[in-house]
Amino acid sequence: MGSSITKQQVQHVAKLANLQLSEEELELYTKQIKDIVGYVEQLDKVKVDGVKPTYQTLDGMVNVWREDEVGMSLSQNEALSQAKRIVDGYFVAAPALRLPLPLIKSGRRGVASAEFGRTSEFFQSKNSGLSENKYNAILTEVDEKGAVGHKDLFLTKGVRSSAGSNVLREYLPQYSSTVVELLEKAGFKTKYKLNCDAWAHGSSGENSDFGSTKNPWNEEFTPGGSSSGSAAAVAAGLVDVATGTDTGGSIRLPASFCNLVGLKSTYGALSRYGIVAMASSLDSPGVIGKSVREVKKVFKVMAGKDERDATSLDSVKRPGLVLTRPGIIRIGIPKEYFDKGIDLEVRQAVMTAVKILEKNGFKIQEISLPNSKYGIAVYYLVQTTEVSSNLGRYDGIRYGFGRESFGAEAKRRIMLGTFASSAGYSAKFFEKAAKVRTLIIQDFEKAFNSSADGVDVILGPVSSTPPFKLGEKANDPLTMYLSDILTVSVNLAGLPALALPCGFSKHNLPIGMQLIGPRWSENLLFDVGEVYQSLTKWHTKKPQV
Amino acid sequence: MTGSFNYIPIIGLEIHVELKSNSKMFCGCRNDPFGASKPNIYTCPVCLGLPGALPVPNKKAIESTVKLGLGLGCEINRESRFDRKHYFYPDLPKGYQISQYERPFATNGRLQVTGYRLEKKTVRIRRVHLEEDTGKLLHRKINGEEVSLIDFNRSGVPLVEIVTEPDIRSAEEAKETAKKIHRIVRSLEVSDADMEKGSMRLEANISMFKGLAFEYKGQALPNYKVEIKNINSFRFLERAIEEEIERQRKILESGKEVKQETRGWDTQSMTSKSQRTKEEAADYRYFPEPDIPPISLSDDWISKIKTQISKLPEEIYEELIRAGVAEQAARIISANKDLAAKVQESTIKYNKVQKDEELEAKEIGNFGNWVLHHQLEVREKPAEELIYLFKQGKEGIVSDSEQLEGWVLGVIEDNPRAVADFKAGKQQAIGFLIGQVQRLAGGKADVKKVKEILLEKITNK
Repeated sequence: MGSSITKQQVQHVAKLANLQLSEEELELYTKQIKDIVGYVEQLDKVKVDGVKPTYQTLDGMVNVWREDEVGMSLSQNEALSQAKRIVDGYFVAAPALRLPLPLIKSGRRGVASAEFGRTSEFFQSKNSGLSENKYNAILTEVDEKGAVGHKDLFLTKGVRSSAGSNVLREYLPQYSSTVVELLEKAGFKTKYKLNCDAWAHGSSGENSDFGSTKNPWNEEFTPGGSSSGSAAAVAAGLVDVATGTDTGGSIRLPASFCNLVGLKSTYGALSRYGIVAMASSLDSPGVIGKSVREVKKVFKVMAGKDERDATSLDSVKRPGLVLTRPGIIRIGIPKEYFDKGIDLEVRQAVMTAVKILEKNGFKIQEISLPNSKYGIAVYYLVQTTEVSSNLGRYDGIRYGFGRESFGAEAKRRIMLGTFASSAGYSAKFFEKAAKVRTLIIQDFEKAFNSSADGVDVILGPVSSTPPFKLGEKANDPLTMYLSDILTVSVNLAGLPALALPCGFSKHNLPIGMQLIGPRWSENLLFDVGEVYQSLTKWHTKKPQV
Repeated sequence: MTGSFNYIPIIGLEIHVELKSNSKMFCGCRNDPFGASKPNIYTCPVCLGLPGALPVPNKKAIESTVKLGLGLGCEINRESRFDRKHYFYPDLPKGYQISQYERPFATNGRLQVTGYRLEKKTVRIRRVHLEEDTGKLLHRKINGEEVSLIDFNRSGVPLVEIVTEPDIRSAEEAKETAKKIHRIVRSLEVSDADMEKGSMRLEANISMFKGLAFEYKGQALPNYKVEIKNINSFRFLERAIEEEIERQRKILESGKEVKQETRGWDTQSMTSKSQRTKEEAADYRYFPEPDIPPISLSDDWISKIKTQISKLPEEIYEELIRAGVAEQAARIISANKDLAAKVQESTIKYNKVQKDEELEAKEIGNFGNWVLHHQLEVREKPAEELIYLFKQGKEGIVSDSEQLEGWVLGVIEDNPRAVADFKAGKQQAIGFLIGQVQRLAGGKADVKKVKEILLEKITNK
């Protein structure tokens, strides 16, 4: 079936997605969609009779609604402030909007968009005064006295928030995200807005429209993505901690590539309000820092129910007594995470960590997550479907530039997701993926089932390889997508996971492992992580910057 | 046409109703698009579709939708959810509308429809679902360039869509169905349902079946339908459907096929124009809204909503008819919520009184008719007084024109100041003058007639 996809079909999909593609782009996406569809067709053989689809991971939460009360609105000026064109208090839509239009009302930041040309140059010239930015981790300096950096997906009121994309290269948000507000209130002022793959689409940082971020451990290598700037900035010592988002591994991968601790929170533990959405049922904000203790401290400030995010909850379990009694904790090692595909050095580093934990009283047992092999296929159907929907709002009318400003990877995902959810294909792709997602969740439920010899925590590598070189996978989307093979299942199940440094490759590049727990078990992960960091010194190693 | 095969119109309606609420569907912005003094003053990150914004549903809007579902005789789905419906248009800020697809709040309703010249019939309601309204577009020419101006004050206003089954067989039936739905919406007080402002909007799906009417039952629907949008009055609905039936009949009689398409009604030309054909049919790519947890309604919750439902006009109508009120009177009284309440209250009390006095039930009917007749005058009076007046009136109301004219002329002569006041525009003066006539008549003058004569005499004076 993958091979039977025609250029006409792809053209129809482009129309549904409101994208204008060149002839070359059409050819390219037809080929790439064929490849990817060929890959996801492995789901055809998965039996899902009687399996209910999973669209959200909310522990059965229902009826989240608000009372019918009037709250604050934006002023007319605020609402219109980011539009390219306004008339008498109205936004203006015209066919000509596909091209940047001159501003017809001044009094606002009055720059014609054509001036910018390539915006990465604009950013680079703005940042050229920052000698710290040799890794291209920083997009905007906010306050030199600040303490934290934010991935540029987090909206900061009045401070450019680009999501790493040309579409938002001039966007000055009218509001701040909930977690940024919480941090500011607790005294964690914002220092930098950090580079990332555009729209968080990527595993290497190379999809940023403002240039790749470099790995402070070796500038020829990627820092991992998509929270590339967050990891590079912490590793280079530019900030103590940085926020990130993890939709399929985007916090854990860069943390492990940069010898850092990265928390992907339980879906719903941290508010998504005010964070540019990638895939709404998978997006989990989180924190990257040098030690578990630092990450824990910042996470506690950010966590909690937000009335503006109907999927958020305040359910993180209270801290346990793990630090004094490690013997009661059982750690499961999924055999599938150590398959033939895994790099030998990574395997050794992670298994060494397992032995250290075992020696210190933790119980180790092998487990199986048989459906995790379908993770990437499910993920790339669910995620791209939601991406294609979430990126629908970028039409250049109310803010930002038009859809022609999307980069290649964003277009590819919009195309793929629109295809996977279009009439005639939705049942085969999106709906099927939602059912296999249930099987993946059931694997974890079984593994964590305390009444059936289950474990408390799962431990495995974050990436099957050590960091790869910039450019190494950039031209092969499917290979790049497979970088997330060990991380995406956690997102599909809405679980928390903590990435921790556990060694180095022979090229002196960091290797990371991840602890995965049941929903709301962040405190358990922190406890196990702190025990591990008290027994090892990996996290204290720093790159030469 | 008689005898030979006929084309039977197969018609279904889609009706959109903007719900009345303080705030919008998914955010706290004020829901008052018609009252807004300026464009784009009731917007926020959510209804403007800013990056990172998330929807939180309005509980009252969900209650109103369930109420309306119950009012339309629907089953309420215990498990519901919101879905995303994708399409691109400048007035749709997110590139998708939050709507309901697979699990709407209410399904399988029934509506009894009657009308002047119509047999009583049942129109089934397929579904009642909740969604959000779009912004509003204004088309303008600026420096020679055609542009659309967008106002998002309406964006995110709670909107209910009511879809009927294609049970309707004529333009008049369609009109009566729409009017009946309108009456129900108004009586439940969930919406202003103002057609002119656009808080109630009508669409019709029309196709033609060739054959005899009794043959149609149980047959498959025609393999096409034409959707007519932009209809903003019951009259235009009737007209648009009549036009469309004729248009399709002509095509079919010439041996051609009717194209499936969406057409827009144009009030100026009183015709419809093609907007979108089947080839360009939309693919909305529905999928469950991941930002909103599902809705699960308990029996208790639904029962509570049920208790909030006052009687529907139709139920009141039936009760009045059973009490012996004439059809036309019952229709007018039941359509007016305040009056209906008064009549019912009076009827009950009157019923009690009458039982004591062992009078027949048909008196109640006469009372209803009397209330109708004296509509203007009785509106502000308590039930007891109405019953008293009715009983008095029953015992000999004076409606003889000559007699009344005599009293009226006398009153005009005795009260020149009140007459002058009325002429100067003081409307209350007429009430005073009527009262004076009643004083002379011992309260037995036919008020309506007195008013008529008074107005005639004063204006001709």
